[in-house]
Amino acid sequence: MSSMELHAPGMPANPDRDSIARSLRRRSHAGFALLAVVVAYLAYAWFAFDVPGLIDSARPERAALLATDAVAHKVHVTRMLRRGTTVIAVEGERTATYTTPPDWVTVDGDVLTVDLDDGYVAKVLPSSVVFVVPDYGTIRIAVQDGRVITDLPPGVPPDWLRATDAKFDARPDLRRRVQVSRAKIEVHRYFLGWENFFFPFNSPLQAYSFGELLDLAFDEPRLQPETANWRLIFRTFWENPDWQHGNVFVALLETLLMAVLGTVTAAFVALPLAFLAARNFAPSGTLRFLVRRLFDFLRGIDMLIWSLIFIRAFGLGPLTGALAIAFTDTGTLGKLFSEALENTDRKQVEGVNATGASRLQTYRFGVIPQILPIFISQGFYYLESNTRSATVNGALGAGGIGLMLVETIRTSRDWENTFYIILLTILLVIAMDALSTRLRRRLIGDR
Amino acid sequence: MTAADRLRDDILLLKRRRQLYTAGILVFLLAIMVGGYDQANDMNSGSFLKGLEKFFDYPGEIVAEAWAAGADFPGLLLRFLPALIETLNIAAVATILGGLGAMVFAFLGARNLNIWPPLVPVSRRLMDVMRAFPELIVALFLIYVLGSSPVPAMIAVAFHTAGALGKQFSEVNENIDTRAVEGLGACGASWLQRMRFGVLPQVLPNYLSYFMLRFEINVRASAILGFVGAGGIGTELRRTIGWGQGSGDETAALFVLLVLSIFLIDQLSSWMCQQVARTEAMA
Repeated sequence: MSSMELHAPGMPANPDRDSIARSLRRRSHAGFALLAVVVAYLAYAWFAFDVPGLIDSARPERAALLATDAVAHKVHVTRMLRRGTTVIAVEGERTATYTTPPDWVTVDGDVLTVDLDDGYVAKVLPSSVVFVVPDYGTIRIAVQDGRVITDLPPGVPPDWLRATDAKFDARPDLRRRVQVSRAKIEVHRYFLGWENFFFPFNSPLQAYSFGELLDLAFDEPRLQPETANWRLIFRTFWENPDWQHGNVFVALLETLLMAVLGTVTAAFVALPLAFLAARNFAPSGTLRFLVRRLFDFLRGIDMLIWSLIFIRAFGLGPLTGALAIAFTDTGTLGKLFSEALENTDRKQVEGVNATGASRLQTYRFGVIPQILPIFISQGFYYLESNTRSATVNGALGAGGIGLMLVETIRTSRDWENTFYIILLTILLVIAMDALSTRLRRRLIGDR
Repeated sequence: MTAADRLRDDILLLKRRRQLYTAGILVFLLAIMVGGYDQANDMNSGSFLKGLEKFFDYPGEIVAEAWAAGADFPGLLLRFLPALIETLNIAAVATILGGLGAMVFAFLGARNLNIWPPLVPVSRRLMDVMRAFPELIVALFLIYVLGSSPVPAMIAVAFHTAGALGKQFSEVNENIDTRAVEGLGACGASWLQRMRFGVLPQVLPNYLSYFMLRFEINVRASAILGFVGAGGIGTELRRTIGWGQGSGDETAALFVLLVLSIFLIDQLSSWMCQQVARTEAMA
């Protein structure tokens, strides 16, 4: 860009024009140099992180799988080859087994015909399965002499199936899957929605609609003579073995407890210490120096290291998480409060002093009102941010929802459970954010 | 009763009510603290009082083993330097990419810049949602899809950074003096020129200080994410801590590296902010 554009045409040249242009050029050169450094650094990081290798090893199909699994559930039709038994169960859970087959499974003696929708059919025979795939053909898989033998239609095998001597696995799309191993044949059919979210599969309450449940809740006769109906409904929901609403709720509460306890403790320990660290209130220079180094130490050690030390001392649980947050944030908040104290107006303090107030009264009426807005606003800000930290800290072993999340992902048994926990965690953080913003506005106005 | 008396009574009433509120809030907080710690202590697997005795055992053990390592200790520091560099890289790339995203969001989401009004609420909501995502969740998901590598952690931290920095940047944007922009507009400057000469000089110093603060936060976050398989210093820490006794010297070396780098970043950022403030004062 040239400096010409900044001048109206025909105006006499400003004597400083050249120097302005030079300074502008120098600045834009500096800007470009900075940009080049950033681009060069990102290029270095591209190779340091081995992004090309990562792209090769990435498994994007897992993302699609997760996305489907998060909002769908599957029903397993399993035939155990050695015993010759057949089980139809939601997610293969023993607690959710069908006693009479659903209408998409036809049983005829030893032969099960599983209708997989859209023209896909799997016919399960005593030791083999016939899988009909529209637009491709019929696949026959048999287990003989401890080997899995696959008979494919002629042509190149499609990339959605894998067949070896030990295992056959076909997943033509995300809604159906056939697996055969030496021990069993397994056919999966997917359905949209979260299964048994409210009540377990075999609970008598499954049969009721929402309106009927409301009627039932406060009505006689009792389904179980020893408990009231509303209590039964709540307990069946709360102790649902697949979704574990009760445990998830307790874990969320633990996380919240860590955040609240940690922040409140930090704020109230930091406030008196901040007086010792503020230039205009410190009783002695040495003490001020020591307290300031204490703040640096607490802050610098980092929540991660504090957590690890506290886990060793106090074991797993919310107390550990709360103390780790409290230690780190005493340092951070102490520094912030002491800076706020150094910026307070002397005049109010002198005014209160002039009325003959004691030292404590001076602080109470001259200083506290000035730093209260900062105290409250920073407190709420850290409360919100610590809710997030508490989930992460939990994953290290402090407990709460973070640990639960890591465990469900590691076992990767049921992605809808993971998704449910993720949703609740994010809702908790958003709720804390909204609450802290609203309270801050209410207490100190728009600041 | 005179008007002055009535006024005095009113004031006294107000005062009493305020004291009541303050006392109420304090009692409430106290109850939370006492009840909360009691509850937390019950939920914890180890108890507070028993733990207090052992509190210095672990740090003591680490320091003792580091002391025993003696002359080998600097070698340990050197050995873990690549892990530290990896963590720093994760944080730096995430802060740069997240910061660029944040700038876009901040300019689109600032109510006073009028870039494209329909986008203002969209951009603000987007920032809120991105800010709410704990890094852990995005990282765990991406590690599952992409495998163990620094990249998932980097993306997770960048995602959160874009939201968090975006909010701070847009607050900076909303507090600028618009007279400079209007003045430039009056002499016929284009939109890009108004932003370049009217807005950027006002916001860059604040951007820089928020950026450096976020970098420090992100170094901590990246170190923690190593624990779930993102590489860097966290992965090494999990390994040495998992080994238990005997690896205290390595744990100590990792602690020293982490604390030292956070301290250096803190010093660097305050130095940079001072430099910028000095240039501003000269200009």
